[in-house]
Amino acid sequence: MFSEADLVALWVTLRLAALTTLILLVLGTPLAWWLARSRWRFKFMVEAVVALPLVLPPTVLGFYLLVTLGPNGPVGGMMEALGGRPLAFTFAGLVVGSVIYSLPFVVQPLQDAFNSVGRRPMEVAATLRASPLDRFFTVAVPLARPGFLTAAVLGFAHTIGEFGVVLMIGGNIPGSTQVLSIAIYDHVESMEYGQAHLLSGGLLLLSFLLLMTVYALNRRFKVVQT
Amino acid sequence: MTIETRFHIEQQEFTLDVDISFPAKGISAVFGPSGCGKTTLLRAIAGLERDPNGYCRVGDSLWQDGKHFLSPHRRALGYVFQEASLFPHLSVRRNLEYGLKRVPMDKRRVSMDEAVSLLGLEELLERQPHGLSGGERQRVAIARALLTSPRLLLMDEPLAALDRASKHEILPYLERLHDELAMPLLYVSHAPDEVARLADHLVLLNAGQVRAAGPIGELLTRLDLAMEQGAEADAIIEAKVSGHDETFHLSYLDFAGGRFSVAGNALPIGHSARLRVLARDVSITLQAQTGTSILNIFPASIDDLAEEGPGQMLVRLDIAGVPLLSRITRKSASALDLAPGKQVFAQIKAVALVE
Repeated sequence: MFSEADLVALWVTLRLAALTTLILLVLGTPLAWWLARSRWRFKFMVEAVVALPLVLPPTVLGFYLLVTLGPNGPVGGMMEALGGRPLAFTFAGLVVGSVIYSLPFVVQPLQDAFNSVGRRPMEVAATLRASPLDRFFTVAVPLARPGFLTAAVLGFAHTIGEFGVVLMIGGNIPGSTQVLSIAIYDHVESMEYGQAHLLSGGLLLLSFLLLMTVYALNRRFKVVQT
Repeated sequence: MTIETRFHIEQQEFTLDVDISFPAKGISAVFGPSGCGKTTLLRAIAGLERDPNGYCRVGDSLWQDGKHFLSPHRRALGYVFQEASLFPHLSVRRNLEYGLKRVPMDKRRVSMDEAVSLLGLEELLERQPHGLSGGERQRVAIARALLTSPRLLLMDEPLAALDRASKHEILPYLERLHDELAMPLLYVSHAPDEVARLADHLVLLNAGQVRAAGPIGELLTRLDLAMEQGAEADAIIEAKVSGHDETFHLSYLDFAGGRFSVAGNALPIGHSARLRVLARDVSITLQAQTGTSILNIFPASIDDLAEEGPGQMLVRLDIAGVPLLSRITRKSASALDLAPGKQVFAQIKAVALVE
């Protein structure tokens, strides 16, 4: 069955996906809310930046991250000057890369969900004495629940599947930056097709189950809300 | 106690430019055609529409002037929207509690039990909003707004989105609000029958401007405004049921100028009611008629009269301080030599009970 190294890669992958999803939900929620509500003229530019990881080759993203986070890059150099370690080729670096790489998969479903909540429920809550923060948590978030579910699952699943960004900034360090997709690549390179099959099939099944759950649950939410 | 508002808000189709004050008691109706700025006025009072230079004061609390602006959630108001807009993720009970919980204990003047019984919601509390009828949802929305113990209740055409049957289901509840709660209500409507039934004070809005404002009895019988109503020109008279005639199936209703006899005996003695008298159903005689089929004849004096087209006159009569309109021909007015101050008799051929 799975080798020791494969299990370690699985563990790194799940930790990376979970942490990335959590960070994205925390950062993406206010960003998505702002995108859904703002009437700023140049909002479209922010939307384009958020959507960039959808179209950029992951290697391009990974390359710029490597340049920025590496010891000679502005962020990496600053961290070294402060006595830290550059983020390139570390798990933390992978998290930073994944957060950027999966950003649109979390922000866009949330923005759509907040858009569909509309202004009226928030106005009603305001006339019922709820402050802006209060009505965000008691009205907007519960009404956008299907969006949160979609965002979390897409963010998680998309991070599990990342390859190019990881290869560029993470390298292939077992136990730290070797994730499943790279382990599969290694198996294929060394002609271990049996192992590659096992991991690929596992990923396929996991992704399918996750997406099926989202669609099934969101269908139920819609019935409740009409 | 009054409510004073001044707003200047430019919208795409019109500019709302108003300076209105109305009494902080009873029901004030803002009446006008669709798109005249009624809803914008209400939203501005609530602070949902922002006019940086606007002014709004409710009794002794200032909601905004040029320098201060109180956010909507800090204004002691209740707002009932045209669509009930219940929170779909909360049960009826939790919807009602949403506003109540956010009002400090010492500021609560309407209890859960009171609101529930006032709007007949006992059976609905554990239900979810999506299972309710349109009329039921609107009743929940009204109770939810009441439970914030507002200093001013704003209603934006709460009946407009409902079918006829649901409207008739809600109107009695609105009348109970009027009779049982000392809470001023600003009611936006474009339906004359709702206004006639509910309003004490009227603001006529047209293309973003105030056309006229005043107590409903006075405003309806202002000759210039009444003429615009054409065949619908009418007067509203407040009366109280004082007795029944079982033999002839009649009710007696007393008002400041005497006693009306009205067909039907559904209302109990002591009940307040409004009578609507159309101008075309009132004729004028110099002597009290006998041998007539008309039951309601009152001594009156001519208050004012105006020509309405080449052949007709609109006359405002005064029955012991209660204004009434009469539409007669110019020929009759001349034959009877009608002039302000003249004593006459008003014969009322038909009268409708509006509540």
